Amino acid sequence: MDLDYGPQYDVFREEVRQFLQTHGHRAPDGQGRAARPSPEAVEWQQLLILHGYTARTIPKEYGGYGAEPDILKSRIIAEEFSRAGIPAGLANQGISMLVPTLLELGTEAQKRQWIEPTLNGEIVWCQGYSEPGAGSDLAALKTSARVENGDFVINGQKIWTSTAKQADMIFCLVRTEPDAPKHGSISYLIFSMDTPGIEVRPLKTMTGHAEFNETFFTDVRVPLDQIVGQRGQGWYVANATLGHERGMLGDPDALENRLQALVRLMQKERIGQGCAMDNAVLRDRLVALQAEVAAMKFNGMRILSNSLRGDAGGMAKLVVKLQSCELAHQISALAIDAMGEMGILYHGSEREREDGAWQWNYMFQLGLIIGGGTAQIQKNIIAERGLEMPREPKFATPPAAEQATAVASGQNKGAA
Amino acid sequence: MDFGLSQDQEMLCDAISRTLADTCPLDHVRECAEGSVPFSDNVRSALGEIGIWGMMVPEQHDGLGMTMLDAAVVAEQLGYAVAPVPFIGAHVLAPLALAQGGSEELKAHWLPRIAKGEAQIAVAIAETVEIRDRAGVDFDGAKLDGTALFALDFLEADAFLVADTAGRMHSVAGDAAGLEKVALKTIDRTRSVGELRFSGVAGEALADDGGATVRRLRDAGRVLLAADSLGAGQAMIEKAVDYAGQREQFGRVIGSFQAVKHMCAEMAARHEPCRSLVWYAAHAFDATPDEASLVACHAKSHTGEVHRFVARTSTEVHGGMGFTDLLGLHFWFKRIGFDRQVLGGPEAVRAEAAALQGWTQVA
Repeated sequence: MDLDYGPQYDVFREEVRQFLQTHGHRAPDGQGRAARPSPEAVEWQQLLILHGYTARTIPKEYGGYGAEPDILKSRIIAEEFSRAGIPAGLANQGISMLVPTLLELGTEAQKRQWIEPTLNGEIVWCQGYSEPGAGSDLAALKTSARVENGDFVINGQKIWTSTAKQADMIFCLVRTEPDAPKHGSISYLIFSMDTPGIEVRPLKTMTGHAEFNETFFTDVRVPLDQIVGQRGQGWYVANATLGHERGMLGDPDALENRLQALVRLMQKERIGQGCAMDNAVLRDRLVALQAEVAAMKFNGMRILSNSLRGDAGGMAKLVVKLQSCELAHQISALAIDAMGEMGILYHGSEREREDGAWQWNYMFQLGLIIGGGTAQIQKNIIAERGLEMPREPKFATPPAAEQATAVASGQNKGAA
Repeated sequence: MDFGLSQDQEMLCDAISRTLADTCPLDHVRECAEGSVPFSDNVRSALGEIGIWGMMVPEQHDGLGMTMLDAAVVAEQLGYAVAPVPFIGAHVLAPLALAQGGSEELKAHWLPRIAKGEAQIAVAIAETVEIRDRAGVDFDGAKLDGTALFALDFLEADAFLVADTAGRMHSVAGDAAGLEKVALKTIDRTRSVGELRFSGVAGEALADDGGATVRRLRDAGRVLLAADSLGAGQAMIEKAVDYAGQREQFGRVIGSFQAVKHMCAEMAARHEPCRSLVWYAAHAFDATPDEASLVACHAKSHTGEVHRFVARTSTEVHGGMGFTDLLGLHFWFKRIGFDRQVLGGPEAVRAEAAALQGWTQVA
């Protein structure tokens, strides 16, 4: 057990601290939930890239900083920005999912065209994966792209397309090879959201806000070369990025910051002559959550060490999404309970605490438990990959039932 | 940067796990648990050959002077095998207490014997966590009076180390005049705890350090109970997964049903981060003493909660068989139950963690 990063890393940490001290005031005031970055956020992003504090390992020719991958330096950057409470550059699906995919599987032309403006916040992307009938079973997606006069012609519907309203571009999974098997008939297309035939409708969630959209495609024409990977390989292309999304959802610093906010709330929130922290039951729940946050933090350090050794994360990594999302939800739940009757205030009410953020988090985090691979899918993964338990037996679909499905979907299309 | 076990620790872990696999099968555990004294001579002498009895004894007293993380590696393996041997009290807390606060004579007398496995000292500090049944031992400057409960590694102990109500440790001979010893029978027949009744007993007081030694003993004990629970929990998860992979109902192995699979996944998901928490708490005991008490509390209370869940869920995965004595799964269930309560159940430990952070006025 050696938790020292070593002297060369101490120097690097000092550099990051110096930078934050000198330039921290230029960081934008919390980006909120805005998808389209403000001019200040774009300027901040460019400053961070220049110093190598974001887009660090992305090659210079594609607009990154071009450093050799160094897990500890990346970790130090995350730690120091988190400690200073300063946003560490843009975090959106274009940067976290599309850019790594292009770097791995894009053509040279695609890399040059898309990566730099995406990093700079000039191009905002949205993700077109899930469909009303294809959630956990994503590969069952039905949005089709037939080839006609040198174009893909796309018809269908996507759901959970966050930022679709603001997005310039979409990376989208469509079925291009209707006769190939389920996983081998999907392609990964990228195209402009201004293409004729795209309609975006806001999808209001239980939080009262429309954090997501539904996106409809009617005869949307996309040139054949706007594909990442080959036709029919989209499933494998997309899986490269799903891994990145799971990594993004399990940030141990984020949990610690939420817990600290909860501690401050419980010390501030008055109950009678005292505060919420004086209540033994609430305090007991707080310490229980603190212990769990500590466990996830050290679990994160273990994963980090494993990757330094070149080991895959193993079970320690497989459990992160399930545990972190649940824990975040429980932290918000305790905050609401600590507020007592005040915990129901929302919608900008008189006496509302912290702009209703705890209630919003409590509800939105339930969405995160469901999204990005539901808790139940996570448990399947933990059981089958981590514990090597038997897979769910696959039942062959009887021919009659298959025919009925085909007829039903045909009718639906006609009705739409 | 390397968060995890060193190569030496991995080797220690393998050596103990192999030794226990050879010398401590379930039949042997059962035999020991049914005897009047649970401790296994076979397992004790086999582990003695690896040198673990002196691992926490300083080198100048013929021990190995190892770290708390080394001890946690051992405790985890002992929990995994539900090994019926004295360890946490006699081989960790006792040498720690003596090394920290014992006179030179006391150290010279006991430490080399502990290291050789020739002496067993039970340690009683339960009343420094919570006073139950009005227990507690008073020290009037010369004699000890009162009761100490839950002395760890109790049966056959040659001597006792006991905390008084002011938080000072005392060494008491096993045959001291005025000392009455009563074994307590617990759910866990692989370990031994007991009650000490003092009426005007003369002992030897360890250094009066304002409770610092007791605090260290409590931290160490909690980390190692958590490590023991980690091992026992690991075993229960493995057994559940194995059983679910063999047992067939409705023409399928039950492990292919999501209802069963998800029970196993939930156990693993809650259990796995405990490993890092226990390792860190053990590391902090030596490396960052300022935070050692708090992380020891977290490790103890959190593993207590997680492994209660694991113990009952694994039993349920085994169905009716899990509930029988035939399978012996209950040895692990009870070991986890013991680890959870001793030196403070989760609520008591969390209250202490809150006080350590200034979240309560009462310590």
